[in-house]
Amino acid sequence: MTRVAAGLVLLAALALLAAAGPALAPWAWDEIDFTAFGEGPSRRHWLGTTQHGRDVFAVTVHALRRSLLIGAAVAALATFLAALVGTVAGYAGGRADRALMWCADLLFVLPPFLLAAVLAPGAGTLALVAVLAGLMWTSTARMVRAAVRSLRDREHVLAARLAGVSAPRTIVRHVLPALASLLAVDAGLNVGAAIVAESGLAHLGFGVRPPGVSLGALVADGGPAVLAFPWRFAFPAALLVLTAVAANLLADGLRDALDPR
Amino acid sequence: MAAFLLRRTGRAALQAALGASLVYLLAAAALDPRAHLAGRAPRPPDAVVDARLARLNLDPRVPPSARYRVWAAGVLRGDLGRTLDGRPVGPELHRRLAVGVRLVLPGAVLGSALGIALGVWAAARRGRAADLLVTPLTYVLAAVPVFVLAVLAQTAAGAVNDAAGVRAVTWTDDTASGLLLPTLVIALAQAALVARYQRGSTLDVADAAFVRAARAKGLRRRAALLRHALRPALVPQGARLPHTAAMLLLGGMLVEQVFGRHGLGAWLAASVARGDVNAVAAVGGLAACAVPAAALAADVLHGLLDPRVRPA
Repeated sequence: MTRVAAGLVLLAALALLAAAGPALAPWAWDEIDFTAFGEGPSRRHWLGTTQHGRDVFAVTVHALRRSLLIGAAVAALATFLAALVGTVAGYAGGRADRALMWCADLLFVLPPFLLAAVLAPGAGTLALVAVLAGLMWTSTARMVRAAVRSLRDREHVLAARLAGVSAPRTIVRHVLPALASLLAVDAGLNVGAAIVAESGLAHLGFGVRPPGVSLGALVADGGPAVLAFPWRFAFPAALLVLTAVAANLLADGLRDALDPR
Repeated sequence: MAAFLLRRTGRAALQAALGASLVYLLAAAALDPRAHLAGRAPRPPDAVVDARLARLNLDPRVPPSARYRVWAAGVLRGDLGRTLDGRPVGPELHRRLAVGVRLVLPGAVLGSALGIALGVWAAARRGRAADLLVTPLTYVLAAVPVFVLAVLAQTAAGAVNDAAGVRAVTWTDDTASGLLLPTLVIALAQAALVARYQRGSTLDVADAAFVRAARAKGLRRRAALLRHALRPALVPQGARLPHTAAMLLLGGMLVEQVFGRHGLGAWLAASVARGDVNAVAAVGGLAACAVPAAALAADVLHGLLDPRVRPA
């Protein structure tokens, strides 16, 4: 339970920083200080400036906000897709099941970075979210399907079916609630995974489009210059790792708390 | 066993072929090679650009399905087409892949072995000092993205160089010392992931009846774990092989990029930007083959580790 609490506190702190940070910072994230290019931390710029004269603190909290939003959106969409496909495949069984799972298998074979690389450029952040979610739902869907297959023959579901409740209504009223914990855990894990995945894409130049920034874009930007300008790398990288740790702590803690084994 | 393997091989081949085809069709439909050729200075005449695109099987006026047929016929003959500069894709893919393999493979093997050892060790000492040290460490390490780890390793190496006064650690060439840092980074990342799973799967079987029977027979806990629990605990690890292959492919591209190597990742990024459909399809096709191949390897490994799945 301590892990859940630690994850929650950490995530809440990060969310607070993302929400309040821009108001706290004396500079706007896209504001350029023409008197300070690539300078180290000072009272004027708490965490220094980039080579373009942007305030590192302001840019990073803005990027954190963007990354958290992307992570949350991807996780919500991926978990929704997984719940939809997993329950339909598991509940219907037979041919529909085989066809859906075959599609999920094929998606896993396709290289995710390549799809994002080919599909996301030119389109905005929404396309990026859709691509990331489209690639992340398959493993959750497989777990949902397995759970639904065992739930399908439980007494309370059979009773609903015998009482003449329609299949979609049975799924929503009697199957999905039993899966809520599994879905919640997976959504939590997906938030962290999505943020890290976006960062990876940013490293190859396929993440959020400039001038927009995400934590991954800042890390990719600051990495090569780390020996000369460590402050450009350290803060975004630390936030990225903290976000991933927080999401994992929360999800793992929840899984252990909810799993009676 | 032979029939089972044959069936699985057929399925893997089908998946790879479908995946590679999908990648080609996507790339052919989404990318625009014309802009790159026409955007050169001085601007070439349209007819020249068109002729060049047609020669490279990249003509946007030909529907992707027709281009796909030409490409697929070439691939079946072992010809992956040509890049936008007119050089053959095959040798370039080979060269780039070699860069990645040199960088990633030693680290992956080393990291997996280290991870299994650490995981079993932590499970055997569950709740004791070793476990309390190893488990949180691997937990945090597994959450650090590999490209952050690579930059941290470079920073540490830079500090070592500064302290020593000479460039003791380099990471830009492919000599043994130049490969040390990338190998270390991949090994650490891989070990952290593997150790977490290995600890869990070892604990899952540590209380199984057959391990308790071994203990009751008089084996020490250590011997019981190594002789009887290790093998079944490796089964879930083998099942993760396709996932690991996909992770390593992407991680390798990122590590290459951070260590300034011109490998698959850099080639993919540049090819997407240029609209070089044949090169993108080659990298994608490689990935689409790697995952089913790893799945096949996982099936074989499962058969080797678990006698119950072997048909009598």
